[in-house]
Amino acid sequence: MAFPPLIELRGISKRFGGVRALDNVSMTIDRAQIRCLAGENGSGKSTLIKIMSGVYQPDAGEILIDGKAMDQLDPAISIGQGVQVIYQDLSLFPTLKVVENLFLNTFLRERQKIVNWRRGREMAREVLDRLDVDLDLDATVETLPAAGRQIVAIARAVLAEARLIIMDEPTTALTGREVARLFRIVRDLQQQGIAILFVSHKMREMLEISEALTVFRNGRKVAEGPIGEFDERAITRAMTGRDLNTGHFTAPAFDPQATPRLLLEGVSVGDSVHDVSLRLMPGEVVGLSGLIGAGRTRLAKAIFGLRQDVTGRMEVDGRPLAPASVSDAIRAGVAYVPEDRLSEGLFLNRSIRDNAISAAMDRYAPRLWLNHMRARSETGKMFRDMQIAAPGTEVPVSTLSGGNQQRVVIGRWLMTDARLLILNGPTVGVDVGSKEQIHSIIHGLAHDKGLAVLMISDDLPELAANCNRVFTMEDGRLTGEFSGDALTEEALETALASVTRKETA
Amino acid sequence: MKLFSNTDVVIALILVAAMVFIGLINPAFWQLPNIFSLLKSNVVIGLMALGVLLIMISGGIDVSFTAFAVAAMYLVVRTMVALDFDGVIIPFLCATAIGALLGLMNAGIIHKFHMIPLIVTLGTASVVRGLVLGLVGTSNVNINQMPEALIEVGRANIVTLERANGTTFGLSAMIVVYIVIAISIHLILTRTMIGRSVYAYGADPEAAKRVGFKTGRTMIFVYCTAGALAGFAGLLHSSMIWLANPRDFVGLELDVIAAVVLGGASIFGGRGTVMGTVLGVFILVMIQNSLILMGIDTTWQRVVVGGMLICAVAVTALRDRRALV
Repeated sequence: MAFPPLIELRGISKRFGGVRALDNVSMTIDRAQIRCLAGENGSGKSTLIKIMSGVYQPDAGEILIDGKAMDQLDPAISIGQGVQVIYQDLSLFPTLKVVENLFLNTFLRERQKIVNWRRGREMAREVLDRLDVDLDLDATVETLPAAGRQIVAIARAVLAEARLIIMDEPTTALTGREVARLFRIVRDLQQQGIAILFVSHKMREMLEISEALTVFRNGRKVAEGPIGEFDERAITRAMTGRDLNTGHFTAPAFDPQATPRLLLEGVSVGDSVHDVSLRLMPGEVVGLSGLIGAGRTRLAKAIFGLRQDVTGRMEVDGRPLAPASVSDAIRAGVAYVPEDRLSEGLFLNRSIRDNAISAAMDRYAPRLWLNHMRARSETGKMFRDMQIAAPGTEVPVSTLSGGNQQRVVIGRWLMTDARLLILNGPTVGVDVGSKEQIHSIIHGLAHDKGLAVLMISDDLPELAANCNRVFTMEDGRLTGEFSGDALTEEALETALASVTRKETA
Repeated sequence: MKLFSNTDVVIALILVAAMVFIGLINPAFWQLPNIFSLLKSNVVIGLMALGVLLIMISGGIDVSFTAFAVAAMYLVVRTMVALDFDGVIIPFLCATAIGALLGLMNAGIIHKFHMIPLIVTLGTASVVRGLVLGLVGTSNVNINQMPEALIEVGRANIVTLERANGTTFGLSAMIVVYIVIAISIHLILTRTMIGRSVYAYGADPEAAKRVGFKTGRTMIFVYCTAGALAGFAGLLHSSMIWLANPRDFVGLELDVIAAVVLGGASIFGGRGTVMGTVLGVFILVMIQNSLILMGIDTTWQRVVVGGMLICAVAVTALRDRRALV
């Protein structure tokens, strides 16, 4: 190598109070290299980004850029050296036009006093051409879709003469096709000699785009190497420090004559779900897979009393279920964890306890007054059962991580004595380790309490590993059932891919 | 489609429609003396509105500017009377400077302590009004005491016409001052980095800091300019009505804020134009003027202004929410 690495970190340590955020970490990024930095929440990824961008000063260690030691790296020097960070929130100006979002940075750096719109427009057009993307320069950023905003953020970084672009969870808000376009742009940037550091916890993407991988756990570097040396399993093991359970979930044996927990016969919902029949026995965890728009969520909402246009027969434990409202469904023993827990499932600025008792107010406030003792003791029990990591039950839910929030949502329903739990996307936005724990909690509940679980998910490995049966759904109808040895990720993938082919044909 | 997405065009269309409508009900509206007096009434509210526009673009709100206007006006006029001073330029410079200094106080408190502009300006407004009445005085300076030079300024016309009966009427020269200042603010907002920093700050203060704007400087610019415009407008007002009343401008905040919102500025920040504000001020003043011409009791004007403010906020909030999707 004729060139020294673009940036080299040697033995970086950083403490915040008593917490060791980074412990003797080293990492190098070469020119035009695409590297991925992986790790669970709290593993030190963000701290490292802030050290490279000069926001934090390390307690120990040194940073070399182009082989020269940088002491006292501050944000201005870091930007001057070509390090650009694209944070998850992108830091754009939503009410301003695309063109202005692109040139403001550069004009500021040049200490311009007057805005030369014509020159700004030329610069903006040039950089978009360079990225080979087409965007309306006069559109305000707020009118762009998430992918468009991201392109603006990338273009802005390129315009600022970036040599290293650090992207923090860049694919979170993107669809599959948008991710592909982002990757195409990233490879183009690489051709132009710009290095990229992806910060992510999505395996597939890491494996697809990056050349090298660094994994952090608890503030230490635990694995590093060319991407070819890793597979999903190895990455997961490095990130979590343990092997994840990838076996099957087997339901307890049950008497085929027994009353099913949930019985659906010829259920239709409006014109989106047609003639669905299925039965769930106590202790079963049954998956429902399908493309977006297949009617999975509609069906779940119908069972939970959120749809009024339901025909056909529904029964819970042999009793007919015809919920006119959510409270009817709750009384019948149905619980539903929605896809978007933030907007539909939680009162973010209220405490864990307030959230926990909110689904069963009748129990804790039978008359006018809240029974604090009961609320506290049962919330405490749920808190321990669900292994929620928080200082206590009185902290606001907004302070919890995604995984812990999801535990609160699930735990809350268990306090209603639910017998049927419907989970819609149970682990979206939850990191790997937490995911695993949530799954094992669900399995425990199914096993110990005879809960029946209906799990809706886009994550095929998740369904394959955690359900004893999985249904595929297409255009509002059940199209297949997989169980036992036939239930594999590949089988589900093939079943769903045939749907996609039919659609495109 | 493109035409209607431009808020200024929509506001201009509303204005034209309102003018046609009012003209139909009351033909006296279109007579030149009425139009001239209408334009004159735009000046003081318009100057204050330009200041409020800056603050609203930056994502803030200001209810203290009327108090600053009173302070600047009353202090300067009383000093002129006491010193028997009869100039024009120095008094206006002083009034502008007093307003700017008081604005600096707002900026300092809001920026240093990260406080909500509404609360801060409510507080400073009350303090300043109280200090003026307590320390400077409570009595009006009437026409017979008012400095001659100020009265001359207020009376200056650029066009003087004669009515059929021989009396004259004119277009106040102050309208020129207003237009020049409006154009300057427009140029600052659209062509300078400090102007763009106001929009950037209003759009996302955190992002503005991250790209490297000195946001403290932006806040000082915004609040000082608003204060300066209020101080200047205050003295102008007094020279146009030949009276300095230390209890003046009470409730005018609402009219000015209503005019700015009517002009398409967003209460959430990051959006607003000088053109829109000038049009918004014109609509508001015109409607008030028409209510008077139609012989409707002035107390009802408060109802109309309040209603217009709420409608305008609702419409802009809807627009801004739609834009977020």
